[in-house]
Amino acid sequence: MLKTFPKGGIHPPENKLTSFKEIKRMSLPKVVYVPISQHIGIPSEIVVAVKEKVQKGQVIAKSGGFVSSNIHSPVAGTVTKLDKIIDSSGYKKQCIVIRTDVKDASNLEEMEYPLKEEIMLTPKEILQRISDYGIVGLGGATFPSHVKLSVKEDKKMDCLVVNGVECEPYLTADHRLMLEKTKEIVVGIKILMYSLPVDKVIIGIENNKKNAIQAFLKATKSEKNIHVAALKVKYPQGSEKQLVKALLKREVPKNGLPLDVGVIVHNVGTIFAIYQAVQHNMPLTERVVTVTGKKLENPSNYWVKIGTPITDLINEVGGFPEGTRKLVNGGPMMGKAIKNTDVPITKGTSGILVISEDEASRGEQQNCIRCGECVYVCPMGLEPHLLMNLSEKGLYEKAFSEDILTCIECGSCSYICPSHRPLLDFIRFGKNIVKNLQNAKN
Amino acid sequence: MSNPPIIVSASPHIHSEKSLKKIMYDVVIALVPAFLVSMYVFGINAFVVTAVAVVSCLLFEYLIQKYLLKTNITITDGSALITGILLAFNLPSGLPIWMVVIGSLFAIGVVKMSFGGLGFNIFNPALAGRVFLLISFPVQMTMWPTAVENNATMIDAVSGATPLGIIKEGVMYGDTITSLSSKIPSTMDMLLGITGGSLGEMSALALLIGGAYLLYRRVISWHIPITMLVTIGIMTSIFWLINPEHYANPLIHLLSGGAILGAFFMATDLVTSPMTKKGMFVFAIGIGVITVVIRLFGAYPEGVSFAILIMNAFVPLINSYFKPRRFGAAIKSKIM
Amino acid sequence: MTVSVLYSVLLLASLGIIAAVVLYVVSKKFYVYENPLIAEVEELLPSANCGGCGSPGCKSFAEKLVNTDDISDLFCPVGGNDVMKLVAETLGKEVAEKDPTVAVIRCQGNCEVRRKTSEYQGPKTCAISAMIYSGETDCQYGCLGDGDCVVACKFDAMYMDEENGLPIIISDKCTSCGACVDACPRDIIEMRPKNKRDLKIFVGCLNEDKAGIAKKACDVACIGCSKCEDVCPKDAVIMINNLAYIDPVLCTLCRKCVPVCPTHSIIETNFPPRKEKIEVKKVVENVESVKSQTNA
Repeated sequence: MLKTFPKGGIHPPENKLTSFKEIKRMSLPKVVYVPISQHIGIPSEIVVAVKEKVQKGQVIAKSGGFVSSNIHSPVAGTVTKLDKIIDSSGYKKQCIVIRTDVKDASNLEEMEYPLKEEIMLTPKEILQRISDYGIVGLGGATFPSHVKLSVKEDKKMDCLVVNGVECEPYLTADHRLMLEKTKEIVVGIKILMYSLPVDKVIIGIENNKKNAIQAFLKATKSEKNIHVAALKVKYPQGSEKQLVKALLKREVPKNGLPLDVGVIVHNVGTIFAIYQAVQHNMPLTERVVTVTGKKLENPSNYWVKIGTPITDLINEVGGFPEGTRKLVNGGPMMGKAIKNTDVPITKGTSGILVISEDEASRGEQQNCIRCGECVYVCPMGLEPHLLMNLSEKGLYEKAFSEDILTCIECGSCSYICPSHRPLLDFIRFGKNIVKNLQNAKN
Repeated sequence: MSNPPIIVSASPHIHSEKSLKKIMYDVVIALVPAFLVSMYVFGINAFVVTAVAVVSCLLFEYLIQKYLLKTNITITDGSALITGILLAFNLPSGLPIWMVVIGSLFAIGVVKMSFGGLGFNIFNPALAGRVFLLISFPVQMTMWPTAVENNATMIDAVSGATPLGIIKEGVMYGDTITSLSSKIPSTMDMLLGITGGSLGEMSALALLIGGAYLLYRRVISWHIPITMLVTIGIMTSIFWLINPEHYANPLIHLLSGGAILGAFFMATDLVTSPMTKKGMFVFAIGIGVITVVIRLFGAYPEGVSFAILIMNAFVPLINSYFKPRRFGAAIKSKIM
Repeated sequence: MTVSVLYSVLLLASLGIIAAVVLYVVSKKFYVYENPLIAEVEELLPSANCGGCGSPGCKSFAEKLVNTDDISDLFCPVGGNDVMKLVAETLGKEVAEKDPTVAVIRCQGNCEVRRKTSEYQGPKTCAISAMIYSGETDCQYGCLGDGDCVVACKFDAMYMDEENGLPIIISDKCTSCGACVDACPRDIIEMRPKNKRDLKIFVGCLNEDKAGIAKKACDVACIGCSKCEDVCPKDAVIMINNLAYIDPVLCTLCRKCVPVCPTHSIIETNFPPRKEKIEVKKVVENVESVKSQTNA
């Protein structure tokens, strides 16, 4: 029996169209638009001026607080504007616009380095490096990694969980990374083991990526403390709480963090970024992005510089297919639909999904028939139909007591609802209001 | 970019194959075997009653939505169709047509639409319609045309009683089960449906096939039907073991009186049953217990309809008491 | 027969007596003293329970009025100065007089001038659509058109214009309770002073983008050219973030700024038609027609 989390979950069609496509390097973008809030927390502060020349990897926006992150220039070039550009939130946000200097040698340089296993830094230096080099959680939440790693002394921690689940349909960025950079990721894990008080590491990979599981089994053969666990394919297993439950049978308390049960979870992409930062002095300026869609000519995985507009990526895969009606930044379950292709790639973009006409529209909303499907599939044990009603009617106190805040917004309820009800839309809305009300109270 | 404009909506951006219509029409398909058997047993009358019930249910829903509520017309979603079929299945095949129409009006107009339409009704419309008719026209509603073996067409004039009716009456007059056994159809006949009773409730086998189809299609889960039948089985077994001459054996109870129809098609009605597994157990056990109590000690020989309606009323309560277990609820958080 | 009638009568009568006694005892025992002034003040208030005063209803506002010593910063926008004067007389306290206000919609971006570049699917409320993205058009400041304000209005003073997708305020019915202002996630509804003939001049745009972007998104967007600022004799126009704002206190309704606006984003309402220039303005016409409708 493969491991999985016990309650709820769905299994949408996987549609992993690009799992056999090697990660290619995107051609150099002419202009990059780097938003200053690419992470959860306080936006970074711009430290460059218009017309200033920037080096590749130079800090262009400084961390604005503890829960914040540095942002580095992905290319060598000239800052042309500090403008507001629409990003994946659907609103115009402050961006640094840099025109790439095509002649600059550093731009042409390949960012591939030979494997380096020896760790030269002390744990403190490693943490500082992670903080300085702008590493954030690349699984999609973009939580600054140094915050996660700055564990207080009194917290007990014994296990590092490496998240290679990638439960979102269509996306294969982590899968490809695990295949192509297996050894580097293992070194990254060792770096974290060295800097954190953990004695056990579990790499959780869903069973639809058998080759990645094999690769890790091979690479960690000599490591006693690193285990590889195959997981049953089920969405939303990539969520921290569900993953910890599936792998360790430990249940993260309500409103708590994995740290409360002695676990720290990191995405494989983040671990690779940490490896790059610690071993090769490379700040986080590029990431793997899956560009996919059923109608696309040539869906692929790319190494993309942060700030590259989506237009460039779409052109790279052969332009928009006929009848494109929806663009999603991220996977189909949790990604955000975007309005136009000016939106730049940020640290949190794991994929770009192009959806054609036949799948783009939502079904017509009908009455709730109280079938209870949403209740069965909710991995958090909530009652989505009830929460939707409560937020629609504005009964926020009741919604709070029904634990609306513990919703992880995985979208399983909206996915399964036979009446096509916009459950998550209302729950998310109610959650926001309840959160604000709670904040106002405290 | 190409016309028409790009769509923006909140996540998730994909949807499962499930839809309201699919669920509803699966139920309709599951009812087909039982309908065929009733056609075979009761002939054209079964068809007429079913057709009238279906057409009048659809018509009333249409009229109410169009002229009274002035909302979107949703008669194609299949729910009124199911109400019509189930109502007909709960009626004797010889019932006058106008009574069928009144039953449909009550089911759709009072029980379903006045609560707000699909999804808002507290009681199962078909069952409520049936019980309304049973209370209003007790004589006509208990005139069961008996099936005559191999002569399915000449049933109009003959009227008999259901197996449970025979037992109830017999026991009341002091007869023992053994002395009644000649009047009760054999277990095999009850399984196949060659017995007296409502249109769709007699053939346990056909209903079980339909129920299996629903389970296979995951329209219903096993919790309610199995729990309910097991409860009825255990309760009646106990009484049967205490006094086999006074109480009929559990097999008769399970195969007659609409227990199977109720368990697979009525109690499992999505709208009027609880949403959690725990709640379903409570709901189904409640139905089983009430059914047996009515059958053995009540005035009516059959109790499934009343039991389901009574438990329907408890569903909101059950839903608010039996909640799913919240993730991480057992442990107190250290943070916050 | 007679005995059974007698029994039933006696039974019912005794039940009634017992119930009466219980009710009497309970009402005496659990009697709560309430200042009679509260009921008196509540009587004066409009009983709209709109929440415009900041209290959840008229009753609680009456309590507040009676229980606070200085009521000069409490005001019932629906009842206005007349009601507040009566309240002040009843309570023997001082109230501050306030100028009546009326809600205006600071967006003219209808379907024609502000083109849709995307289609929103989801619950039809502005609050949710605003949470998801900047709206169907390229303007992220303007009206979303899902009518949260109309739902919020308890006085039927608003409706959605089906044709152009914008809400319309019927000034005569507006009690300036402020419910629509709170409901609008974009803050495009503003309370402006209301004079006798309901003459108003205000900038019908909130777009803070630079001229080119704003103009591309919407034909009637304020492009921040500051021509109105230059022409205004009273310095009532303030330019902030590429956007003009007309200060209602300083503005003397001279109408000089209206014709100079190159994008017609300044709205004037209820003025007599100009003699010198017969410039047709859709917006003015719209408002005029609404006005005539409401009058009719």
